[in-house]
Amino acid sequence: MFFQKDIETMPRAALKELQLERLKAAVGRALATPLYQKKFAEAGITPEKIKSLDDLKHLPFTYKADFRDNYPFGMFAVPMKDIVRIHASSGTTGKPTVVGYTKGDLDVWSDVVARLAVAAGATADDVAQISFGYGLFTGALGLHYGLEKIGATVIPISSGNTEKQLMLMQDFGTTLLVATPTYAMYLSESAKEAGVLDKLKLRIGLFGSEGCTPGMRARIEENFGITATDNYGMSELMGPGVSGECIERNGLHIAEDHFLAEIIDPKTGEVLPEGETGELVVTPLTKEALPVIRYRTGDITSLNTDVCKCGRTHARMAKVTARSDDMLIIKGVNVFPSQIETVLISIDHISPHYQLEVRRVNFSDHLTVVVELADGSLLERFQELEALRAEIHHKLRTVLGIDAKIKLVSPKTIERFQGKAKRVIDLRDKT
Amino acid sequence: MTLYQLSVFIENKSGRLSEIISILAEAGVDIRALSIADTTDFGILRLIVNDVDLAVNVLKANDMAVSKTEVIGIKLKDEAGSLASVLSALTKNGVDVEYSYAFITHSKANACVVVRVEDNAEAIRVLKENNFDLVEVIE
Repeated sequence: MFFQKDIETMPRAALKELQLERLKAAVGRALATPLYQKKFAEAGITPEKIKSLDDLKHLPFTYKADFRDNYPFGMFAVPMKDIVRIHASSGTTGKPTVVGYTKGDLDVWSDVVARLAVAAGATADDVAQISFGYGLFTGALGLHYGLEKIGATVIPISSGNTEKQLMLMQDFGTTLLVATPTYAMYLSESAKEAGVLDKLKLRIGLFGSEGCTPGMRARIEENFGITATDNYGMSELMGPGVSGECIERNGLHIAEDHFLAEIIDPKTGEVLPEGETGELVVTPLTKEALPVIRYRTGDITSLNTDVCKCGRTHARMAKVTARSDDMLIIKGVNVFPSQIETVLISIDHISPHYQLEVRRVNFSDHLTVVVELADGSLLERFQELEALRAEIHHKLRTVLGIDAKIKLVSPKTIERFQGKAKRVIDLRDKT
Repeated sequence: MTLYQLSVFIENKSGRLSEIISILAEAGVDIRALSIADTTDFGILRLIVNDVDLAVNVLKANDMAVSKTEVIGIKLKDEAGSLASVLSALTKNGVDVEYSYAFITHSKANACVVVRVEDNAEAIRVLKENNFDLVEVIE
């Protein structure tokens, strides 16, 4: 099952030729922006020096911080009249990471999503319920356009309201569910409790925006009686659709005609030999609105270029199980401890020491921020402590977009670290 | 005219109260009154003790968040209606009681109550005017 069989099964030699040609064009578009003019000048690189894909390693990296520094539209390479869509994700500080799309970009984006949907078995006959949250995040609209492109019937229900999700699933005859694995798990358990599993026609799950352990996937598949695949992407590169599993489920096929992938040593920045595990670096090859060169995803994975049993020649990346930085993904939202630190430092009466505890309760992620009181100055009135807790909660929600539980503790109860602080306790795979 | 009260931040976890009280016991601090206000996660322990500064020092040395404030101790007849008369005198004169708890002294069979108000001077004026007996020193 292919959406664009010629491309998806293209011999690797031809694919590499296409990539080289597109890389040169992508560099040309990038150099229309001051950011890349500067980066290339600093690296002493001119576009003429790119003679083979191997020369990619000489090009400068792009970091999430570049998006912040060029907030909001500084990385756009086309006039605003050509930008037809804006998305944003949480940034490393208060400002979100903003991305833009031309009509052509949206077309490519829906193509790559359509590919992974078809690779998972989706067809025009499917009724697709999109239970990702709609809004600035790329997840929901990315899947939405891709599924419409293959002719599926799309139900843009968004996330939450589990009872209604289950009602529409039954009444509309939903066959395909798009959700985070944790929400899919919750829906499946709720359906089981409500005794409606036998009234559902679900057959496919497309999961993304956070990792899914094999055990969790197996349980969702068993509950719902579906086959589920994972997909991968991030707004800085496009959104979902950078890669996705086929029904073989032996790695996620990268849409290599649009995304050039490398694996590097995150410490040295050196490109690693094929098959080795390191940080995924991606250069989108066809993006018009927002060209990006060698984006450091922070995700640790490896690549396999053997032809897949499904017939696809595009490289497969292993499931991402680690990060090269300390980014956490909580309910699909990127959270950096540094963001939390910035917020806490701006608040009086607490110390700069903190700890983050992430738990999974009822298949949903919960973040607890443990904060030390600096002294006894707020003990006169109980309300003052409650107000402090409310202030921390509110500021964190403004910056992170998630509700964290705030736990106040006595001074010096949080462990002090000599070297790199271990501030995150992730109990999700244990709870 | 006022007494010093200690407020100690206390996490809602097993053994925490016992730990704080043991620290005070080991230092030889005598506790005369105790009250806890709490939510599910944390509470504030209020104490009246015989040696305030010693208590503050040992608690701080053990990394507790602690503060010291002035509150008013009132001696009451141990009979129905005596607390009501104190509170109504304060209320009538516009003095709001933020919180209050019971208290013991070594003297007689009187009951005592601690009140925390915004304006101690005004509260003392009202209480004296109404002939209430204030606790001035911890015996």
